[in-house]
Amino acid sequence: MLVHTAFDRAEQMIRHWSDAGCPVVVHVDRNVGQATYDAFVAAVADLATVSFSPRFRGEWGMWGLIAASQAASRQLLAQFPDIRHVYLASGACLPLRPVAELQAYLDARPDTDFIESVTTGDVQWTIGGLDSERFTLRFPFSWKRQRRLFDVFVLLQQTLRLRRRLPKGIVPHLGSQWWCLTRRTLTAILDDPRRVEFDRYFRQVWIPDECYYQTLVRLHARHIESRSLTLAKFDFQGKPHIFYDDHAELLARSACFVARKVWPRADGLYARFPRPPVEDQAQPEPHTGTIDRIFAQAVDRRTNGRRGLYMQSRFPFMDRENGFTAMPYSVLQGFDDIIPDLADWLTAQTRVIAHGHLFAPDRVYFAGGGTTYQGGLSDNARLRDYNAKMFLTNLIWNARDQHQCFQFGPSDNQPIKWMLTKDTQASVWVVTGAWAVSLFRSGRSASDVRSEAARLQQVENRFLNALRSPEARSRRHIMTLAEFLESPIDVLQGIMDDMVGHRAATLKKPPAMVDLDGFAQFLQDLKNQGMHPYLAGEFAAGDAMQTSRPRPRKPYVIAKK
Amino acid sequence: MPLGDLWMAYRMRWKRRRFLFRIWRKRRQIAPLQDRTAAIRPDTILCFATVRNEMARLPHFLQHYRKLGVGHFLIVDNHSDDGTAAYLAAQSDVSLWSTQHSYRLARFGMDWLGWLQWQYGHRHWCLTVDADELLTFPHADSRDLGDLTRHLDARGITSFGAIMLEMYPKGPIADVLHDPAADLLETLAWFDADNYREKTHPIYQNLWIQGGVRDRVFFAARPERAPTLSKVPLVRWHWRHVYVSSTHQMLPRRLNHVFDRVQDRRVTGVLLHTKFLPDIMPKSQEELTRRQHFENSDLYTTYHQHLAQGPDLWCPQSRHYDGWEQLTALGLMSKGDWD
Repeated sequence: MLVHTAFDRAEQMIRHWSDAGCPVVVHVDRNVGQATYDAFVAAVADLATVSFSPRFRGEWGMWGLIAASQAASRQLLAQFPDIRHVYLASGACLPLRPVAELQAYLDARPDTDFIESVTTGDVQWTIGGLDSERFTLRFPFSWKRQRRLFDVFVLLQQTLRLRRRLPKGIVPHLGSQWWCLTRRTLTAILDDPRRVEFDRYFRQVWIPDECYYQTLVRLHARHIESRSLTLAKFDFQGKPHIFYDDHAELLARSACFVARKVWPRADGLYARFPRPPVEDQAQPEPHTGTIDRIFAQAVDRRTNGRRGLYMQSRFPFMDRENGFTAMPYSVLQGFDDIIPDLADWLTAQTRVIAHGHLFAPDRVYFAGGGTTYQGGLSDNARLRDYNAKMFLTNLIWNARDQHQCFQFGPSDNQPIKWMLTKDTQASVWVVTGAWAVSLFRSGRSASDVRSEAARLQQVENRFLNALRSPEARSRRHIMTLAEFLESPIDVLQGIMDDMVGHRAATLKKPPAMVDLDGFAQFLQDLKNQGMHPYLAGEFAAGDAMQTSRPRPRKPYVIAKK
Repeated sequence: MPLGDLWMAYRMRWKRRRFLFRIWRKRRQIAPLQDRTAAIRPDTILCFATVRNEMARLPHFLQHYRKLGVGHFLIVDNHSDDGTAAYLAAQSDVSLWSTQHSYRLARFGMDWLGWLQWQYGHRHWCLTVDADELLTFPHADSRDLGDLTRHLDARGITSFGAIMLEMYPKGPIADVLHDPAADLLETLAWFDADNYREKTHPIYQNLWIQGGVRDRVFFAARPERAPTLSKVPLVRWHWRHVYVSSTHQMLPRRLNHVFDRVQDRRVTGVLLHTKFLPDIMPKSQEELTRRQHFENSDLYTTYHQHLAQGPDLWCPQSRHYDGWEQLTALGLMSKGDWD
C-alpha cells in the first residue's frame, strides 16, 4: 500500500485489509516528515502482519513509485511465503465489497494476473501531447516541478530527432497503475536476469507506473486479464477523479472490489463501504458500464459545453461559435402580411411555438400574448434592444424543448439582422415586398403611403443584402411576393417540413389569405407616383389576383414504352 | 503581449496599490468589539461581512454558512440598532468590529473588510458576502466548502465565481408574513430562470451579468443601470488582493477570470439573494434619506420609492426553487469538472 497523506484513513484501510487476513506492506513517501511517519508506524504497531518498506520519494510521473512498489513487493513475498496474489493499493483506495469476496474471486482464478495492459497504438492516453513518445524520449525532469525544463528538453529531443532504443523483446504497454499480480509473475519480474537493463530503460520513461509492470508482465505472465480490479477514473487532463459521498449509489452498483480515489472526508463512503457480506447470492462480476457512461457524458459536457447557453461558467466568444443558439428556429418575414392569423395556423398545423413580431418597436409580441415569457423575459422593448442578441439566445435556450419561430419585417427593429444572418441555427424565410400588402390593405391611397413604402423597401433591401453577403451562415429562403403567390402551398409545406424536421402532414389547402383584388393596380399606382416596388416582383397590371384559385396541374412527362 | 495591455496591467497595478493604501488609511474606522481571531487555524475558511440591522436574517445566515464549513466569521457592524451587535458578539465563532462611519464612503464596506482581509485573510479561503446572500454550489447538500476549496486547490484555481439570483415571494412583498424561525427560502421561493445578459467588462475583464427580476420590474427604462449580478465571493486570499466594487470585481484581474471561454470546465455557484423580505420597505424608505447604497444615489430614488410600496415581483414564468440540481440544469451554475 502506497501512502503519502491522510494517514488516519490509511490506518483505517490498513486495519481493514489486515483484519481480513491480508498481510500488508506499507510504503510511506519520503517527503513525509519523520515525526508524522513515526506516529503512523506507532499507530499500527499492534498489527502483527503489517510492516513498513524502505521509503522512496514518490513523485507523480517519476521512477520513485516503481522503486517503492518493487521494494515493498519483495519484502512482502519474502516475509509471507504462502501468499499467492499481491494487490497494489493506496491509502485512498476503498474496498467496496468485503475482502473475503475478493479472496474468493482470486481463489477461483489462481493463475490470473489482473493488470490493465494495452499497446500504445490502441489507446488515447495522451497527456501533454505525448503518447508513443513516452517510450522513445528521455524524461529526466519532473513534469510538475520543472515544467519548463521538461518542455524544453522534449522539444530539444524532437528537433534533434533523438530516439531511444527499446530493450530487445519489449513491446510497450500502458494501463492503470493499480494491479493485482500472482506471486509467480511478480517474482519473475523482480528476478528477471535482465532487470537491470529494464530498470535503466524505464527510469527515464515518462510516467513509468503506468507502463513498467504493464509492459513486463507480457514477458512472464501465463494468463493476463487486462483490466484493473481497482475502479479509478481520470478526467481528460489526467487528474484522478475523486469520489465523494454522493457517489455512493454509483459505486455500489459497479460491484467493483476497490475504488479510488476516495475523498478522505467522505465519511458516508467510509461508513457504508465495504458493504457487509451478502449470504446465498451469486457473486456479481465487477462491471463499470454505468459509471463509464456517466463519466463520459460529463466529459462530453465539459469539453463541448452546452451550446446556446451563455452563463457565467460558459461565455464563449460569440462570433467564434458555430451557431449562437441552442436549437434551430425559424424566422418568417412577410408571411403574416398575406396570412393574417399565421401564428395560430402554424401552431395548429405543427405544434411549434409561433411568436408574433419579437422585435416590434413598441413591445415584444410573445406567443400567447403575455407580458413575460419563459425564464422571466420581459416584453419591454428597451430591455430587449439593450442586448438583442442575448435576448434571442435566452429565448431559444428557455424553450429549447420545442421549435420556435417568429415574425420579422422591415417595420421591426433591425439590429438583430446580423445575428439572423450569421446564426447557423436560424432558418430565414422571406417574402420580399409583402409589406406592400399591408399598405394596400390600410385603405390609404398610393400617394399617402409612398414615402412609407420607400422606407420599408429600403430597410428590407438592407436585410436582403445582409442575407446575400458572404458572411451569411443561416439557411435562407428568399422569394418575391409574386413568386410566393404562384404556389403558396408548396412554400408553406416547405416551411412546415423544415420546422418539424421531417415531412409534415401534406397540406390540402392554404390558410385564409387576404383578398388581393386591386393589389396589382395599387402597385401600378405606386409606380405612377415614382416609387418602384421592385421587391414585390412582377405583377401584370389589371391582373385580378385570385389567391384561392385552383392550383395549375403540374406538367408531367409520359415515359416511352 | 501588446503594448496597450502592458500599459493597462501597469495602471491596474497602481490602482490596486492605491486601494491598498486607502484600506490602510481607513483602518481606524473600525473598532474591535469582540476579537476571537486567535481561534483561526491555518486551514480555516473565513467569512467576511458588513451588516446593518439584519436580525431577521442573521440566525439563518450563520446556520447556513456553518453547515457549509465556514470556520470563522469576521463581521463589521455598521451602527445597527436592532440588537444585531449583541447577538453577533454572543456567537462563539464570530469576531466583531463596529463602526459609525459612512458605508458609502468606505466603498460599501469594502475598505473595512479589506483591512480585515489584509490582516487575517492571507493564505485562507475567504468568503465575502452580504447578510442577505446565501451561497450554494453543485453538490452543496453532500459536500461543503472544504471539499470545494480542496478541489480548486488541486487545480491551482484561486477564485470562485457566482451570480446573484434574486429570490422573491409570490404576491406583493407588503403582504408577506415571514416567520423568522422558518427557512427563508420557503418564503422567498421564486426566481427568474434566464433573462440575464452577459458581456465582458472592458477593464476588469470580469463577466458582467445583468438582468433578473430587478431588471424586469425596476430597470426596464434604464437597462444600463441595472444592478450587476456577477460576483467573485470566494478567493484564496493574498494580502495583495483587493476588491474593487463590492465583490463584483477584483484586482489583480486574473482573479476575475472565473468563467470558461471555450468549454464548461469551471465549477461555479449561485448566491441566493434574500433581499425581498418585507423589511425591504422600511429599509428602502430609510435609504431615500440616508443614501448609502449606490453610486449616483439619485438614479435609484424611483427604485427605492417603488420598493418601499412592497410591489409584486412574481410573474407566471417565475420558477420555484428546488435545490442545486435545478440551478445546474437551468445553466445558472455549472458542475464544471467537479462531478
